[in-house]
Amino acid sequence: MTYLTKPKLHHPDLPKNQVGYTRRDYEGKISTLCAGCGHDSISAAIIQACWEMEIEPHRVAKLSGIGCSSKTPDYFLGNSHGFNSVHGRMPSVLTGANLANRELLYMGVSGDGDSASIGLGQFAHCMRRGVNMVYIVENNGVYGLTKGQFSATADKGSKSKRGITNNDAPIDMVGLALQLGATFVGRSFSGDKKQLVPLIKGAIEHKGAAFIDVASPCVAFNNHPGSTKSYDYVREHNEAVNRLDFVTSRDEITADYAPGTVTNITQHDGSVMRLRKLAQDYDATDRIKVMNYLQERAAAGEVVTGLLYVDPDSADLHEYLNTVDIPLNRLSERELCPGNVALEKLNAALR
Amino acid sequence: MNPTDISHPDYFHKVVDCQWACPAHTPVPEYIRLIAAGRYGDAYMVNWESNVFPGILGRTCDRPCEPACRRGRVEENNGEKPEPVAICRLKRVAADYKEDIRDRLPKAPAKKNGKRIACIGAGPASLTVARDLAPLGYEVTVFDRDARAGGMIWSQIPRFRLPMEVIDEEVGYVLNLGVQFKSNVEINSLKQILAEKYDAIFVGTGAPRGRDLDLPGRKEAAKNIHIGIDWLSSVSFGHVDKIGKRVIVLGGGNTAMDCCRSSKRLGGEDVKVIVRSGYEEMKASPWEKEDAQHEGIPILNFLVPKEFKHDNGKLTGVTFEKVKADYDAKGRRNLVPTGEPDVLIECDDVLVAVGQENSFPWIERDIGIEFDKWDMPVVDKVTMQATIPNVFFGGDSAFGPKNIIWAVAHGHDAAISIDKLCNGDDIKDRPSPLVNLTSQKMGIHEWSYDNAISNDQRYKVPLKDQKISLKNIKVEVELGFDPKLALAEAERCLNCDAQTVFAPKLCIECDACVDICPMDCITFTANGEEKELRAELNAPALDLTQDLYVSEPLKTGRIMAKDEDVCLHCGLCAERCPTGAWDMQKFLLKMTHAGPGCRNKPQRKAA
Repeated sequence: MTYLTKPKLHHPDLPKNQVGYTRRDYEGKISTLCAGCGHDSISAAIIQACWEMEIEPHRVAKLSGIGCSSKTPDYFLGNSHGFNSVHGRMPSVLTGANLANRELLYMGVSGDGDSASIGLGQFAHCMRRGVNMVYIVENNGVYGLTKGQFSATADKGSKSKRGITNNDAPIDMVGLALQLGATFVGRSFSGDKKQLVPLIKGAIEHKGAAFIDVASPCVAFNNHPGSTKSYDYVREHNEAVNRLDFVTSRDEITADYAPGTVTNITQHDGSVMRLRKLAQDYDATDRIKVMNYLQERAAAGEVVTGLLYVDPDSADLHEYLNTVDIPLNRLSERELCPGNVALEKLNAALR
Repeated sequence: MNPTDISHPDYFHKVVDCQWACPAHTPVPEYIRLIAAGRYGDAYMVNWESNVFPGILGRTCDRPCEPACRRGRVEENNGEKPEPVAICRLKRVAADYKEDIRDRLPKAPAKKNGKRIACIGAGPASLTVARDLAPLGYEVTVFDRDARAGGMIWSQIPRFRLPMEVIDEEVGYVLNLGVQFKSNVEINSLKQILAEKYDAIFVGTGAPRGRDLDLPGRKEAAKNIHIGIDWLSSVSFGHVDKIGKRVIVLGGGNTAMDCCRSSKRLGGEDVKVIVRSGYEEMKASPWEKEDAQHEGIPILNFLVPKEFKHDNGKLTGVTFEKVKADYDAKGRRNLVPTGEPDVLIECDDVLVAVGQENSFPWIERDIGIEFDKWDMPVVDKVTMQATIPNVFFGGDSAFGPKNIIWAVAHGHDAAISIDKLCNGDDIKDRPSPLVNLTSQKMGIHEWSYDNAISNDQRYKVPLKDQKISLKNIKVEVELGFDPKLALAEAERCLNCDAQTVFAPKLCIECDACVDICPMDCITFTANGEEKELRAELNAPALDLTQDLYVSEPLKTGRIMAKDEDVCLHCGLCAERCPTGAWDMQKFLLKMTHAGPGCRNKPQRKAA
């Protein structure tokens, strides 16, 4: 017998959100990934975040490339739009889709191979353009589909399952995203949904390029002693700089915290994120300091997690291009071809 | 919370709700799987071993298992109407389609052990004692005042629910074990039986007396007012074969349901059931009420009978006072008159089915059997022993009217006591059941049980055309499931005996089980007191009758907490577990019956 489909029956008390769906309604097909794969936990976190944010599934477009991680959009949001692109080319397809219809919520799901190797260039340009999206890299440091070679994010000195040491320097996706102008940057761990779900919610609320690097252990090929992407290693070295307690849409905030430990970050649409500090003096809005801090802590062997950087005054590609508010795909022929008179006028203005 | 002790035989037993609820602890999922596999004979033997009368119970059991069935809870808010698996009617399937199993039954040993046992009354309790003891070499003699063995099984349950062949077959299996059956013997004195020096005496005489209603007109109109159970047995005997056109049945229990349906078949055209209480509080099982209503018998409620009206001794009707339910501050219900005028309902015959009582006129009160203030014998709840050490009670005669399956359970317990008594053991030292946990893993995604969950709603048992069944009291109403329907219904069983067993040392806390669980049963969390823990789970565990399965602390210091309440036993947690920390293990519980297994082990002496 092969995998069962997940039974339709659900908990009798399973709640519905304001738009009338249970969490189970946000699920997709049954996962065909290996048992215990971190990616499945990330899918579950995306499902949880979308349910909590009462997102209508048909308002979401999920895009991916090639790889274990890029298979996952099939396993969540079964009633959303999906596009499985050529290896490493998801960012440009996403950019194009976003330009055509700015009203959908874009979720790019990729892996360390898809984004840090073959798609590194696409990743870079997508970030620097500030495409309004949630970009999640499910980072396990290994090529699982081809049986466990090191990927470009594997740490120097870490060991493969067969005992071979990696001599190449790793690509730091978070460092790249910060440098390239992403306006929301987080790092988390597939085994910590309490941290990951609010981060995804924050990224969904954010306007502009939101990037989350998620350490997601590969149980089959990268969960051994000597690996720096294993459940045990990440748990031991995980240093959260803050806790994103909740994301509200203009709700009143009433919880009490000791002064100095909490920062409220108001985003462009008036929504408020509440950051509870865990590391002293960590300021998630100061990009230069954040980059320095991350370099220091990485050198000390820590895996720094949390909402690492956010620009509350972020903008996105549509703002830079000054496009109209109506999605381009809804513009009619009359608006797109205003006729000879308008063309003459335009040409005259350029002479 | 402390980690759950899964080595305790009760822990996983409780998870198999049906088996836990069954007085005889029949391994229900085990036999349902055998039915699904078409192994009807094997399914029958699993039943026969634990409840002795599978064919009879498969038609008449009070089914304590079904209200307990997890399927009913799981289907809440998941479709039209939550319904348990049709456990009882599946049992009948095993009996209907089994091959000849006679060569699988125990044989009466050629050499007897020299111990003589008397069973008084040949109902289900006595027959169970006989079934358990005769194969061990006991000389068992069963006495009954009637010509046939079976007791209330045949005298009170009408033939349209339970055909005679089924009774003859299953009672026959017991009597053929070398049991002596003395029919038409009325025992009038326990003292006399005691004098016959049996090694043990088992009393299984039931609750033979139907309660009467002492209302004005009762004596005058006696000719047309009948006591329900007496009337039913007269029908069974063939002494009564007709009744008036207009019949009122007073009472709301299962006997009332049998009375009204029998009346309908013996000439009753306008048959009504009238109860004092509300419809919901009636004692009859919901399905028996449904069966009666399905045959066009109305049930009128909140009517208290006041007087039998008659015309010079010829019954003309019954007057009733209209009442309503009134609840006091403590939530107790009182029936208070509504003040409306009394109603007269005309009728030709009345059947009084307002309860049964025990009666022991044949037990002398000076021989050492103590009776309590309700004139019931003092009987030990576990050993079934009376105040004379070698006298035991069981079935309705022990603790008042219950049902067949309780009588069977009592019979097993009494047989153990008798066997231990005859072997010089302390009968209070009771044997523990045999418990076995076996992994069901066959491959990465393969289990030795069918773990796919059926979404089907409960199947209805096909019925005989009413044009035929209402005309003849001997025609069985229910046709029973055919093999195809039986398979579909069997697939609804969740295999609750396939237990989710957790090995904390193997867990890497990857959350795979949490993510895949369709019912949100599993949570990894900080430990706490049970009350807080129940509230903080992914899906709060509000059903306090269902246990939490709690592990010892894991690597991160958290614990695994699983709410057993609505687990589908689909095994997806175990399929998704990368380290095999979850495993599906079949829990098989075998009750220890009378025989060497229940006796104290002889101590070995050093050489």
